[in-house]
Amino acid sequence: MAVHKVVGIETEFGILHRCNGDSNPVAASSMIINAYVNGFLCQRVSWDFEDEQPGADARGFNEFDALAPEIETHLVNAVLANGARYYVDHAHPELSTPECSDSRQCVVYDRAAEEILIRSMQAANSLLPDGEELVIHKNNSDGKGNSYGCHENYLLDRDVPFGRVVTHILPFFVTRQIFCGAGKMGVEVPMNDGSPPPFGDRPFQVSQRADFFEEEVGLETTLKRPIVNTRDEPHADTRKYRRLHVIIGDANMSELQTYLKLGTTSLVLAMIDDDIVPEPLTPLVPVAALRQVSFDTALSGLIELVDGRRMRAIEVQWEYLDLARKYARSHGLDAVGGDDIGNDILDRWEAVLTGLESDPMGLATQLDWVAKLRLYEAFAERHGLDWDDPKLAALDLQYHDLRPSKSLSRRVGLERITTDDEVDEAVSVPPPTTRAYFRGRCLDKFGDEIVAANWDSMVFDIGTDPLRRVPMLEPLRGTRAHVGSLLDECRDAAELLRRLGN
Amino acid sequence: MAEREQMRRSAPRETESPAPQDTSSEGATELKAELDDLLDEIDDVLETNAEEFVKNYVQKGGE
Repeated sequence: MAVHKVVGIETEFGILHRCNGDSNPVAASSMIINAYVNGFLCQRVSWDFEDEQPGADARGFNEFDALAPEIETHLVNAVLANGARYYVDHAHPELSTPECSDSRQCVVYDRAAEEILIRSMQAANSLLPDGEELVIHKNNSDGKGNSYGCHENYLLDRDVPFGRVVTHILPFFVTRQIFCGAGKMGVEVPMNDGSPPPFGDRPFQVSQRADFFEEEVGLETTLKRPIVNTRDEPHADTRKYRRLHVIIGDANMSELQTYLKLGTTSLVLAMIDDDIVPEPLTPLVPVAALRQVSFDTALSGLIELVDGRRMRAIEVQWEYLDLARKYARSHGLDAVGGDDIGNDILDRWEAVLTGLESDPMGLATQLDWVAKLRLYEAFAERHGLDWDDPKLAALDLQYHDLRPSKSLSRRVGLERITTDDEVDEAVSVPPPTTRAYFRGRCLDKFGDEIVAANWDSMVFDIGTDPLRRVPMLEPLRGTRAHVGSLLDECRDAAELLRRLGN
Repeated sequence: MAEREQMRRSAPRETESPAPQDTSSEGATELKAELDDLLDEIDDVLETNAEEFVKNYVQKGGE
């Protein structure tokens, strides 16, 4: 049986410091996070780097030319009571959601991440002199060739051959952008063969990120980005699990898209775990196909496959959906969170593909890229603008602006999946159904006695030597069902550790 | 399923016949009004100096 698809999202946010003179994005990012940590949290617990091995490669070897990411341990790095990690990564504020047990729950925590950034921005700006402002965008590029990521994480079965994962997730990733893309004006990387970018009617792409991928499979995330990233660092029992670290996605403003992205990918990965896979749909040149699909807003282009077939991106998606329907009947949907959510994912996946086939512009309240295209066309028409007018490029940035007074995406009528109340709660309360519950509750209740925390352990200082590390190698242990009443009853960390038998 | 199979076999949109105008005109008018309201609002909140805003928006690469 497939491993339960525990999921999470890490988002690097764009940051702008509006001031007279030069600004430093690392300092600005630190200011954002410190303003939140100092303004909203009673105590501050740091991230523990003891177990991090971002250079490990899922293919079982480390390439000489592969650069493992550097961990910047000197920068601000906090663990939040909702189980999230909030830190400065390179020159961006980054927030990793807590581990979630299904895709819908993860959308709630993704929205909570936005809310945390909004509150951080407001707190930081209240400290800045008049005339200065920090502005946060949830996007993936500055329009000038600099990109930053929105990564997804999925728990996989260690016994599944990684080659099978690569074979079947690659075509899925090349084509899922038709309903996962956040849309973008223009192009940021020249075409490989030096030809002009193959735009449709408009200089507009489906995906923010497709410009930036150069390899099919690999370890890097900042140079020569691969469609399938091989970082093998499960943050869990390495004998049982892998984590698929997905770097190809866009940061979506549309909740429905985040939900579909996580839900459909979880389903396909569960199918791969159980070896329910199609005849390989591998594109002949995957990196070129990725870009071709992004330029093809008419969704009519044909992708050439290794086996000689030629298929539209949406036809590749129909193949995966049809097989997922069969998988649901033969294997059930427990791996993605049960029948209710699994069937909802299948139905919405089918609905969005049907909409894309018949009337893509009809999805303007569902998909970011369609919402943008409709808005920009109407705006250009009203003001008589050419498509290279900077006003349209400004709209393309401002769509992702998190300031409630400026955000365009919050004005275009996007469908909601979550409610304001559950997002507000998720800012400070962990998901009850994963180990994030234990992490978050401990931070909330015993924060003064916690020295450090990371994904798979917590370190307590209860006044006796040495420090006590509690391992959390099972992502689905430490839930409210397991430890809720224990945490309610314990008066201090010493009692908790004693009763945990540590 | 049968309906979807048929949909999938059809070529992309240009071969489909356009929707009859008269049945959707009411909905289209409503949509147009909504879009006009949205554009009014966007005119109000759009960054005042778009060119400078876009020029100054420079990020470091990440990940």
